[in-house]
Amino acid sequence: MSTTTTVAIRGREAGFLRDVRSVAARALRQIPREPASVLPAVFVPAFFYTTNLGAFENLARGAPGFSYKAFLLPMAIAFAVTGMSRAPTLVTDIQDGYFDRLCMTPVRRLALLLGLMAADVVVIVALCLPVLAIGFGIGVRFATGGAGVLAFVGFSALWGLAFTGFPYAVALKTGSPAAVSASFVIFFPLFFLSDAVVPKQVLTGWFSTIATYNPVTYLLAALRALISGGWEAKVLVEGLAALAGIGTLSMTLALLALRGRIRRGA
Amino acid sequence: MTDLEEYVPAPRPESAAVLTRKLVRNYGPTVALAGIDLEVERGEIYGFLGPNGAGKSTLIRVLCTLLRPSAGTASVAGYDVADHPKEVRVRIGVALQEAALDPRQTGRELLALQGRLYGLRPAEIRRRLDAVLDLVDVGHAIDRRIGTYSGGMKRRLDLAAALVHNPEVLFLDEPTTGLDPESRARVWAEVDRLNTELGITIFLTTQYLEEADALASRVGIIAGGRLVAEGPPEVLKRSVGADLIVAEVGGSDPTALARLNQLGVVDSVTMEHGRVVVSTSDGPAALASVVAQLGRTRLEVHTLAVRTPTLDDVFRELTGSHLETAVADR
Repeated sequence: MSTTTTVAIRGREAGFLRDVRSVAARALRQIPREPASVLPAVFVPAFFYTTNLGAFENLARGAPGFSYKAFLLPMAIAFAVTGMSRAPTLVTDIQDGYFDRLCMTPVRRLALLLGLMAADVVVIVALCLPVLAIGFGIGVRFATGGAGVLAFVGFSALWGLAFTGFPYAVALKTGSPAAVSASFVIFFPLFFLSDAVVPKQVLTGWFSTIATYNPVTYLLAALRALISGGWEAKVLVEGLAALAGIGTLSMTLALLALRGRIRRGA
Repeated sequence: MTDLEEYVPAPRPESAAVLTRKLVRNYGPTVALAGIDLEVERGEIYGFLGPNGAGKSTLIRVLCTLLRPSAGTASVAGYDVADHPKEVRVRIGVALQEAALDPRQTGRELLALQGRLYGLRPAEIRRRLDAVLDLVDVGHAIDRRIGTYSGGMKRRLDLAAALVHNPEVLFLDEPTTGLDPESRARVWAEVDRLNTELGITIFLTTQYLEEADALASRVGIIAGGRLVAEGPPEVLKRSVGADLIVAEVGGSDPTALARLNQLGVVDSVTMEHGRVVVSTSDGPAALASVVAQLGRTRLEVHTLAVRTPTLDDVFRELTGSHLETAVADR
């Protein structure tokens, strides 16, 4: 007796990097289909940048060697990239049961989160470009040259990434779109209790004290150094340390929330 | 020949497709599964029958590695769900109760992503999509976003997604709930084909008696988190009695049940909601005696019928309530 056996196509583990790539590709495919999820991140920073310039630039005219346009550009970038995440998509997946379907495949659980964050980094870099274009258009120039521009974008991407852990933590913990939207309020005290809009030297009293201990002050200082100050190692290292602190906190919260949701049965 | 037709399940005769021992799952103080012992052979269609909230979906979620058992053990395709969840995941396909799909992707994108997450190479994904697209049968809509699909199209896509990687065991959690009769019949036909032609083990939960009766070679009945009966549908139905004489009655007579039980041809009698159900080994032979005895009571007989038992009769015998009533009450 003779038999013919065809090797069947069978499921297997894809590998961590391929998992991350697959999850990220799906997330990126959705962005052009939901432009409303990113368009505010283009218009809002452009609006704040131009209105703040219009309101305060004359006040800064007297300071020699000080460009308010350059000073304010990191604020605009921060508005563009902070809180920009696929967390609302994750909530929808949870509510639709699609997150369950993904969890029943051999995909690594961590890849479900890191894939979305990888997509976030791509979006964040893309969102830096129009803000930078506005800056260049009104005459901002980088003291650190082309390499400084790349470092500026890289710093901004790390900044955006460091903040994404918060909305993902909220999304995974609550599965609620309203809670994810509300998570953006974390950004406001961090941002406005810093030297985002006026130089640290003119801050006084309690505000100055809070700004001194606010990590966002050091992130902004690093970005400003790349534009106006040159390659100032101490300022850049302090900025990276602030990034690492915020990133460690937000990613820890996100990973704990992911573990909790997996344990609860997605 | 399609890839589906090429599929040959990996023989591992030493292990059952699904095996649970004293399986318990709690949600806080609530006991959802209260010690389930279950064994499903490879190549079998096993129907798991019970009302909403009985524990069916919890059992599926444990077997599919979404939930860990609180106590006891469960294995699928020979692998313990708690100790080797990855081994289980590559061997199972799952279509959950509500079609778990992403409405923002197209049908083709969803199936391709499913293939990538199961480690299939691009050429393999193309071959598998060709095979399962026959099953989806949505034509050009496969390149439309899933949010535009009808309920039946979503269910078929969900089933196709569960089959992209050629699973050994397919879990279907109430696959036809909410479908129109035509769509339901198509799903039934496909489930039957997957089992008979491809030999895929199918674990099916349902609250539809006729679904379990039509598809499953064995049925387990769950109520209150416990497996209250198990066996081939015909055997379960015979356990109620060979025949049932069902009388719709009006009025009341507390002596009626005792009178009917006095008849030697009667195995058991129940009465609820104006319906007297007499279990007997020979309905036609017992009918005259039952009619005569009912005539001696104060009950007013409106209709009388002799029929063979259904799985609902089995459920009623075991739990004291009708399956349909239990579903409607929830």
